[in-house]
Amino acid sequence: MCGVCGCGNENKGPVLTMMHEHGHTHEQMHNHRHDRPHSHKHTHGDHTHTHTHDHGHDHHHGHDHHHDHPHKTVIELEKDILQKNQLLAERNRGYFAAKKMFAMNLISSPGSGKTAILEKTLMDLNETVPCYVIEGDQQTLNDAMRIEATKTPVVQVNTGQGCHLESDMVQQAITKLDPKEKSFLFIENVGNLVCPSMFDLGESARIVIMSVTEGDDKPIKYPDAFHSANICIINKMDLLPYVNFDVDKAKEYALKVNPSLKFFEMSATKGDGMETWYEWLKSQLN
Amino acid sequence: MHEMSIAVGIVNIATKSCQEAEKSAVTEIGLEIGELAGIEMDALEFIWPLAVEGTVLEHAKRVIKKTRGEAICLECAHVFPLENHHDVCPKCNSYFKKITKGKELKVNYLEV
Repeated sequence: MCGVCGCGNENKGPVLTMMHEHGHTHEQMHNHRHDRPHSHKHTHGDHTHTHTHDHGHDHHHGHDHHHDHPHKTVIELEKDILQKNQLLAERNRGYFAAKKMFAMNLISSPGSGKTAILEKTLMDLNETVPCYVIEGDQQTLNDAMRIEATKTPVVQVNTGQGCHLESDMVQQAITKLDPKEKSFLFIENVGNLVCPSMFDLGESARIVIMSVTEGDDKPIKYPDAFHSANICIINKMDLLPYVNFDVDKAKEYALKVNPSLKFFEMSATKGDGMETWYEWLKSQLN
Repeated sequence: MHEMSIAVGIVNIATKSCQEAEKSAVTEIGLEIGELAGIEMDALEFIWPLAVEGTVLEHAKRVIKKTRGEAICLECAHVFPLENHHDVCPKCNSYFKKITKGKELKVNYLEV
């Protein structure tokens, strides 16, 4: 089974779609780890083997017979489980540094307004700074189409049943985007406040987004996302009069989980609070 | 959810090590999973048989070291156990802390 999209079909993997004016092209990720490593079982055949010494050795696993007695070898590893993702993330990071790009990984629950924030930001900035977007969703090109309408180059990654983006998908998408130097890359992760926080994509900054309709205790309920972020955007501020959301309390909770978080409060649909966000963005490219 | 990615990561590490050591199966695998690493143990338990089927880990016994969370206060240098990310220093109530233990996600050893 696929470790990323969870499908059982050995031929499927995340699908990357480069959006452009004259339609779009799809590409399946072929170097994605569907060809799960496996060992071949050795059958014992006609030969038997006996053991003359006591040990708790269990004979039900395949092993080769080129040894006289099956003593155990312990291989000390101390290897980080997510090392593979981490290595490629660092490679992405190096690429962004070389191209003097500022890459951001946007993480939030579905519906916090990630795409709306991007639409507004791109419409206001993409004529002064080259911008690129990688969209992550389980299915559809909907978000990529919204971004495409702002005339920003965008690749949609459809993860199928996958719940988060990983660094290899970002690397593949970057290859398609072929970005210019001194540009912004916005990676809109799959809407999920749990899993994406574990996977470094090689970003320059991680942005966690919450909206006032989600409850001010979100940061302590989903600490990993807030702990791993650099920036916290509180969106949909225009709805504050209609909800029981205490902005100061939300910030306090978030700071308990991550004292170095920097906050932006905005309403992407109304355009409030965007200027401070743009100032910060532009300062990252200098 | 992401426990599947974790399980596949473990399988990949074990397979590579077995290839290098020219062994074809693991009898025991030592994992270290910190309590603050964001891994739901039940989910990992559930997904494990599916992830290891037909791999070098298919019959391996899992020995899991669960490391408890620990932090050092960045204001008063007090070292304290950390159960939740949002816990404050019990000595000075500051939330400026550095998590020193509890986020581990490692394959420590393989017995082949």
